[in-house]
Amino acid sequence: MSPAVPSDMALFWAAVIAISILVYVILDGFDLGVGILYGTTREENHRLNMMGTIAPFWDGNETWLVIIGASLFATFPVVYAVFLGAFYLPVLLLLVGLIFRGVAFEFRYRSVKTRWLWDAGFFLGSTVVAFVQGAAVGALMRGLPVANDQYAGTSFEWLHPFSVLTGIGLVFGYALLGAGWIVLKSEGDLRDWAYRRIPWLAAAVFLVLGLAFAVSLTVDTGAIAQSHFKDRPWGWAFVAVATASLVGVVAGARARRDGVAYALTVVFIAAAYLALGVMFWPYMVPYAVTVASAAAPEASLRFLFYGGVVVLPVIAIYTFGVYWVFRGKVRGGYR
Amino acid sequence: MDLDPVILSRIQFGFVISFHIIFPAFTIGLAAWLATIEGARLATGNLLYRRVFDFWLPIFAVSFGMGVVTGIVMAFQFGTNWGVLAVKTGAIQGPLLGYEGFTAFMLEATFFGVMLLGRDRVSPRFYFFSCCMVSLGTMFSSFWILANNSWMQVPLGHAVVDGKIIPVDWMQIVLGPIQMVRWPHMLLAALLTTAMCVSATGAWYLLRRVHFDEGRMMLHWGLGLAAVLIPVQLFFGHLTGLYVLEHQPAKFAAIEARWKNEQPASEVLVAIPDEANQRNLYAITVPKLGSLIASGNLTAPERGLESFPREDWPPVLIPFWTFRLMVGMGLIMLAVSWLGNFLRWRSKLESSRWFLWCTLAAFPTGFVAILTGWYTAEIGRQPWVVYGLLRTKDAVTPSLTTGDVLTSLIIYVAVYWLFISFGIYYIYKLLRQGPRAKTQATANITGSRPLAVGARTDAPPVGGSGGTQ
Repeated sequence: MSPAVPSDMALFWAAVIAISILVYVILDGFDLGVGILYGTTREENHRLNMMGTIAPFWDGNETWLVIIGASLFATFPVVYAVFLGAFYLPVLLLLVGLIFRGVAFEFRYRSVKTRWLWDAGFFLGSTVVAFVQGAAVGALMRGLPVANDQYAGTSFEWLHPFSVLTGIGLVFGYALLGAGWIVLKSEGDLRDWAYRRIPWLAAAVFLVLGLAFAVSLTVDTGAIAQSHFKDRPWGWAFVAVATASLVGVVAGARARRDGVAYALTVVFIAAAYLALGVMFWPYMVPYAVTVASAAAPEASLRFLFYGGVVVLPVIAIYTFGVYWVFRGKVRGGYR
Repeated sequence: MDLDPVILSRIQFGFVISFHIIFPAFTIGLAAWLATIEGARLATGNLLYRRVFDFWLPIFAVSFGMGVVTGIVMAFQFGTNWGVLAVKTGAIQGPLLGYEGFTAFMLEATFFGVMLLGRDRVSPRFYFFSCCMVSLGTMFSSFWILANNSWMQVPLGHAVVDGKIIPVDWMQIVLGPIQMVRWPHMLLAALLTTAMCVSATGAWYLLRRVHFDEGRMMLHWGLGLAAVLIPVQLFFGHLTGLYVLEHQPAKFAAIEARWKNEQPASEVLVAIPDEANQRNLYAITVPKLGSLIASGNLTAPERGLESFPREDWPPVLIPFWTFRLMVGMGLIMLAVSWLGNFLRWRSKLESSRWFLWCTLAAFPTGFVAILTGWYTAEIGRQPWVVYGLLRTKDAVTPSLTTGDVLTSLIIYVAVYWLFISFGIYYIYKLLRQGPRAKTQATANITGSRPLAVGARTDAPPVGGSGGTQ
């Protein structure tokens, strides 16, 4: 049997993957959010400027998804297999959504007649990607059935009232992050436009997640009750921090402080993420597969470690570099 | 043939990987070609090289982007459709593919951006260095992919513990003897593919009487490289055949459509293998040649499929024909490149329009050879996914339903069709237009680059720096 306690190497890779997921959500979250907001305006000028705020960053942000996938396969193959098996159709939607987003970015400017198609692809792709990610989190909270290291449920197990609500919650959450980003990177009309949306988006996030909480106690029980929250009541501190940051987002928007909305939405997401960690630990697939039981043999973890210690710092430095080069407000539209 | 998750997953994997492989194969060759002509320009200062470089760079960028996007889909296939494979062999395949991802990122994050947009921002020597690094990066990417596949063909350096296959000797896994034959075989295939495409493009311009200098250079360089590489490739192909004979004798028998044990063995040149009745229809055979090819003499006994348990037989019809198509493509490349160089020696190359038409028509030979070669290797490996260790039918994700895979297959076909037809149309437009008369900054190179991070001249001017233009 697998050891009960994860090795140092297993912990290292679990940490790399956990941090990469958080970085991915914070970074790709804003450009997905801008894509979602993109569909709520028809004004070409706004659309151009919105694209402009994410143009240099979005494809680098998606790199983190590849890092997560590659590391997971190499170091926790059981989790990789269970997760992708359980979310077969959501992953398909995710990939198609990402392809449409990426293609829309390039083809929008090469076409006049088909521009509506690429605009729709950009909005729908972003929304679908955000939804399936949120739904996957909800489905994980409900727990996945696992037998013999393989997913043992049905194709639509992820589609429950609770996970639908977490999916919608993440769509609003990313939109909030995107609005905060637009405020940070733009001026004039577009910034005002984004400011006006922040309180509504924050309220929507709060409402949907509150509703999800209610659903988890009533019609779709278990998601929270079965978690480790009952043994770790201090975990509620993260929920409190998350709620307080949502209030702060609204206050910051009212006070017109440009950096506050984005920064506090990041705090909100990080706190919610940590709360999930408190619920799940030591499980990677709740409540069936632990870090220790899923880890690949030491020989595999160590072999990839040598590559990781070179590549991961380069990726981090490169990410900082890109954000530094393109710091400050965007002036003028995209192209 | 019933549609079940196994066969549908195989079709889906075959579909997405077929559309994936053509782009990386093309870009491995293009990256090397770009680095070479950039080096030539640096050494000679000849502006012709610069024009040809600037012409091929956006084509490289577009196919690179297509390769990245289709590659991301590939990276998820192992988990979505082949969950048992992922769990049982993840300890070996995961790190190999992980290194591929790392290699690709290192290359993209750094030198690819410089190559696309850094011409005016770095020194010429550093620019050339970046081109070389991109070329090396594409080759190393293929190294990891081939290491992974070679291990699936002939597993080495592993142990089986609790039903899981775990690594014991990474040297054997990464640098085993099979890999040392198959990686060069793939690299040469990629270089030949690009050489044939470059030659065909040159021939096309000469036929249309446009871009004479550039077309002539592409024709000379492409045909020259192909003429040198094709004999080397035939040699590595022979070595690949020998490893198949030694380690995968059932695949070898299927490729030869040899049903019975024979001594001496004849060679079936062409036939329609009839798998139901274990015989060949309309066969043209040469006596004793089979023994000569496999064992190097005219008397050796050769094993037929009857030597192997029925449940270990690969399909026969497809490997038999894909192998012959691959070899046929190689022979066409040999004929075109050697004839072309002969005409060039007689100073008749540019005026032999019939030959230019042949060269143009030969542009897909490399792609066809790569696809048919991979089909031979992969379908010939059946019924195993990891040869001798794990059968394909046992490797599929157990929770998958036929409806799931049918849905995903239809969606992938639709999305790829839309996306790749736009991409190929765009490459075609660039090829048709040809090199610009005078060199200019290579702005607006976009293509679809979801991972190609970095500064772009088409990005908005930002901050107080006054923009990037």
